[in-house]
Order: sequence, then structure tokens, then C-alpha cells
Amino acid sequence: MSAETCQCLVWTIAEQRDGALKDVSFELLARGRRLADKLGTGLASVVIGDGVSREAMTELVERGADAVYSVQDPRLAHFVCEPYSNALSGLVSAYSPSVVLAAATSSGRTLMPHLAVRVRAGLTADCTELDIEEGTGLLLQTRPAIGGNIMATIKTPDRRPQMATVRPRSSRPLPRDPARRGIIVDVPVADSVMDGRVRVLGYRKDADGSGCVEEAGIVVAGGKGLKKAENLALVRGLAEDLGGVVGASREAVDRGWIGYPHQIGLSGKTVSPRLYVGIGISGAIQHLAGIKTSEVIVSVNPDPDANLHKLADYAVVADAFLFVPELRRRLAARKMEADNHGE
Amino acid sequence: MRILVPIKQVPETGDVKMDPETGTVVRAGVETVVNPLDLYAVEAALRLKAERGGTVVALSMGPAQAAKALREAVAMGCDEAVLVSDRRFGGSDTWATSYTIAQAARKLGYFDLVIAGERATDGDTAQVGPGIASWLGLPLATYVSRIESVEGGEMILERLVEDGYQRLAITLPALLTVVKEIASPRLPTLRGKKRSKDIDIAVLDADSIDLDPSYLGLKGSPTKVVRIASPKVSRGGATVIAKDDEGVAAAADGLVAFLEKKGLL
Ligand SMILES: Cc1cc2nc3c(=O)[nH]c(=O)nc-3n(C[C@H](O)[C@H](O)[C@H](O)COP(=O)(O)OP(=O)(O)OC[C@H]3O[C@@H](n4cnc5c(N)ncnc54)[C@H](O)[C@@H]3O)c2cc1C
Ligand SMILES: Nc1ncnc2c1ncn2[C@@H]1O[C@H](COP(=O)(O)O)[C@@H](O)[C@H]1O
Repeated sequence: MSAETCQCLVWTIAEQRDGALKDVSFELLARGRRLADKLGTGLASVVIGDGVSREAMTELVERGADAVYSVQDPRLAHFVCEPYSNALSGLVSAYSPSVVLAAATSSGRTLMPHLAVRVRAGLTADCTELDIEEGTGLLLQTRPAIGGNIMATIKTPDRRPQMATVRPRSSRPLPRDPARRGIIVDVPVADSVMDGRVRVLGYRKDADGSGCVEEAGIVVAGGKGLKKAENLALVRGLAEDLGGVVGASREAVDRGWIGYPHQIGLSGKTVSPRLYVGIGISGAIQHLAGIKTSEVIVSVNPDPDANLHKLADYAVVADAFLFVPELRRRLAARKMEADNHGE
Repeated sequence: MRILVPIKQVPETGDVKMDPETGTVVRAGVETVVNPLDLYAVEAALRLKAERGGTVVALSMGPAQAAKALREAVAMGCDEAVLVSDRRFGGSDTWATSYTIAQAARKLGYFDLVIAGERATDGDTAQVGPGIASWLGLPLATYVSRIESVEGGEMILERLVEDGYQRLAITLPALLTVVKEIASPRLPTLRGKKRSKDIDIAVLDADSIDLDPSYLGLKGSPTKVVRIASPKVSRGGATVIAKDDEGVAAAADGLVAFLEKKGLL
């Protein structure tokens, strides 16, 4: 099969760092696969970067892609909007996909609006649901807006491609199927793709190092109710027990207990983990704006009227200083038991 | 330096009310404010001006009432205010909005820098800033958390990415979108407040900007909202009250069982 014979009208943009594909690339394929099947077309994934191996690209096929467009060049190693947008707009013009999905990450949310202007297409941000409309075959893009207070469903009736960014963690990757076959197309990179006005000088890890809240499956967040910086250790400990990442309310961040990259909410990050645990957080509307699409919400707060309790799937009306250590003992005991069984 | 800051007027978030019948947001009687995330953009611009001299132009696209947002920006220290307003702009999505603002910016002449907010708290898309950069052909840096230096037409800055900070050099003119970490917004000064009352706000309508009419407003917008629904607010969750040691132990058992049932352990 050649690129020409693979009719792939649904595309996903894979994300890589240092040559390794990020999980969100596979989440997007799960979304894309469903849409492509409903439309009766193929699914392609576009990899832009450097040093992404054949094995990694094969994994894209095994998790749903029929074709992989590999756009690789040392000058594309790090995400820079202009060359990435140039490369993609070239591909979009050449192959005319009907749907293009990217992750609602810092790079996806930069690249896609830039590209949408270039290719004169419509773009919907940060979708949590995607579907195909019966009859018309149009992409139905559903997203939370106004701080998660409404869900808006959006269509792009006339322009192509129909573009959307998809919230990370809002879908699960398909299992690997080694029997799946697909093609990998090496796309030549012209010098004209490069721009040169933005140069990447370096990268520094977030000082906290406990991980990125937007990509985490489990987030344990602490707020002002913890009273002082040292007590955030309670939250860190629980996050570690649960295999999660530490988040915080703005109050906790503004007090300097933890860095801004961990702030969740309106003026911080939006998360959609499988589990969000809020400890000593009242649940102000600005905080809730960042957590509304979490799958399961747990709240720990001695105030029975705390707003977060109202949203929670499991509300624990208790003093965190008593409850969290007790919970951690349970988790430790459970883990020990599991380890013993494992031997 | 001549700096353009596009700011949006949005409903005050603490004040969002939903119509339970229609599931839409009640706009009537709701206070409007400058998009809180745009205050960081204004502050970043004002600091650059303080260091290097120049002018800061605030621009807002919206109905006549958006002048209120512009006056707030002037009260903080912006030098000029431009309202981009015309009925033909009504119903613009982010694509049409970024086009209209970009064309308005062209009309206003040369800018060394455009600094936009990260996103607006109502639409919450974060698309207009990158869109403007794309229309204007300006190099783009999003989620900027720190401006390190500006020298010889080049700016060194840091942007917040998923698990850390990327350090970039960007050639001016350029467009940045900034996050809260960049600077904490100043309060309006007395002098600024007085100036904001007296200032003439320039108004640009569709006829005074070079625009392709097919790119404007609802008709020119590629995306169409077809349905609005209210998500379930309450999840009908369980509540356990733990007042004493026994209660705490029971609640911990309860939560472990709950997490197990959900497959989260
Ligand atoms: C424009 C704007 C943007 C904003 N953006 C954000 C944002 O991005 N993120 C954000 O979080 N906020 C944001 N805020 C702030 C928000 O309005 C709240 O002020 C903030 O979320 C409150 O943080 P908190 O819940 O930690 O503190 P508080 O509201 O003070 O709540 C502390 C809670 O701790 C509980 N508590 C006390 N003792 C204990 C104990 N022993 N154990 C357990 N709990 C205890 C209390 O009962 C209380 O409910 C924003 C506000 C504005 C105006
Ligand atoms: N109507 C508008 N007028 C001026 N600036 C706007 C407007 N809409 C969006 N912006 C700018 O674009 C940023 C991102 O907005 P959004 O894409 O709507 O989330 C905002 O923070 C503003 O800086």
C-alpha cells in the first residue's frame, strides 16, 4: 500500500519529546479510530520531530493508525510553532484530510490555531467528546466552556479540515494489536519549512519534579486548609501512595508552598484525571473550573458545607491531619499485603 | 517599544448563573470585567515600557460596552485604547476574531510586540493569540512565564510547558501569550483613573479596516455552536462524616473500598 492508495481522511498529530512518543498520541488514535470507522475511512497519524524510531511508529499502527506520516529532521527536534505549522500545512494541502485532531497540550494548543488560520479551517479547543453526526458525517465536537458550566457542541459545516484539540486523559489508548498493518511514509523536509525566528535555547525541569498535573492519571491537590508549607508533605505522601502527581489551589501557590506549574483552576491548569483528590480546598468556582471533567472526585475537608464536597463523588468531612495519615496507613498495609502475595 | 495588548471583556466568573430551563448562561445583570488573564498581559507590557520606554496600546473587540475594559487598562497605565466594534463582527468564533483583530492591528501601524492573555475565561479556547500571530505572520511564543532580556531585536524568554520550562530566543516583532507567573498585575493609579475617564477611545468599525467581508462575524466563522447543555453539577456522591478516631477509621476504610471498586488502586 502506498500513501496514495491509503485513503486516510482522519488524522491525529502525535506528540513526542526527545524522540519518545507521548501517551497522548495513543489516546488520540483511540478517538480517531472510532471516527474513521464511523466514516468508513482510514486513520493516519503525523509524527513531527527527530529521532522517533521505526518501533515507535509501528506502535502507532498497532494502536490504530493505518498510515504514519513521518516528518523528521534534526531541526524539528523541539516543538517550535512556525516550522511545525509550515510542515503540517504542506501535508494538509497535499492530502486534504477531513478531520485533524491534536492534543490540547501546550504545543497542540499553540500549533492548531496557527495552522487553522493557514489552511482557512475551523478549530474547536479542548474537546472532551467527539462524534460523527448521522446523515451528514460531520464531526460533532463537544467541549466544556465558561469554567465548565456549560458543554457546547460545535460543528464545522463548510471548511475542511474539521480541526479539534482533545483534552489529554479524556480517552484511553487502544490495546496494542501486533497483527495490525499500516504504512509508514517518510515525508521529505524542505528547507523552506524552517523559519529561524524562534530558537530553542534550553529546557529546565519544574523545580518540584513531582510530575505534570495535566498528564497525570491521578492528581492529589492541596489547599489553604493545610495551613503551612510543610504540611503539603501530607499531600505529597498520598500522591506517592496513589501513584499520582501533586496539584494545588491558587491559595497554596500564592503562599509559595508549591510552584505555579501545579496550580489547578481558572488561572492555572485544567486537568481530567481518572482520580482527583482535593485536600483542604474549599472548591471556589475558579478552582472547580479546572477539575470538572475529572472522572472521580474525592474531597477531604472538615467543613460539611465546603463547595468541593458538593461536586465530589466521595466527600470525607474530616480534618485532613487526622484522616490522611489514617488513609495512608491503610494504603501501606494494603501494599504490603499485595507485595507478600506477589512473592 | 510599541506594544499592542488585545484584551477581552468577559462576565465576572464568580458570577456565572445558569438558566436551569435553557441550560444557557444568563448574561443579563452580570458584571463584566477585563478577562483576568489579560491583566497579566497588560502588566507585562507596562513593565517593558517602564524599562525601555514606548507606548502600550490596549485593543478590545466587542460591543460598545467593551470600552469599560479599555478604560480599566488605561487606568493601569496603557497609553492608548482602541475599540474594534461593528455589528458585522457579532458572533465571531476564534478564527474570525483573530482575523479581525489582526487586520485592526495592521491598520494601527507597526508594533514591536503583541502580548495577549493565555486564554479568555469565558470561551476558554486560548486560540485567539496564536491565531493573530498566524494572520500577521509574527513568530509566536505561548505560555510565556518570564521575559529574561530584550536586546538587538531579540527577546530571551521562558515558556511554561507540561513538565518544565522551555527557554527561547525570539526575533521581534513577535507575539507572546503570557501566564500568571509573568508578573502580578498592578492596581489602577489615581492619575490613571483620571486619565481613563478623559481619554478618547478610538473606534474602528468594519469600514475603517481592510477586511474580507466573507471572514467576518457569525457568517465568516468556520465553527458553529449547535447545542449547549449543562453538565451534571452534582455527581450524587457519597458523604462520610468523621468526627472522632472511630469515624476517621471508618471513613478511611470506606474510601479505600470506594477506590477499589472504581479500579483506582
Ligand atoms: C480571576 C481569578 C482566578 C483564580 N484562579 C484560581 C485558580 O486557577 N485556582 C484556584 O485554586 N483558585 C483560583 N482563584 C482563587 C479562588 O477564588 C479561591 O480563592 C481559591 O481556590 C481558594 O483556595 P483554597 O480552597 O485552598 O482556600 P480556601 O478557600 O481558604 O479553603 C480552605 C479550605 O480548607 C478547609 N480546611 C481547614 N482546615 C482543614 C483541615 N484541617 N483539613 C482539611 N481541610 C481544612 C477549610 O474548611 C476550607 O474549605 C482565582 C480567583 C480569581 C478571582
Ligand atoms: N474580543 C477580543 N478582543 C480583544 N482581545 C481578545 C478578544 N478575544 C480574545 N482576545 C485575546 O486573545 C486571548 C485568548 O482568548 P481566547 O482564544 O478567546 O481564549 C485573550 O486573552 C485576549 O488577549
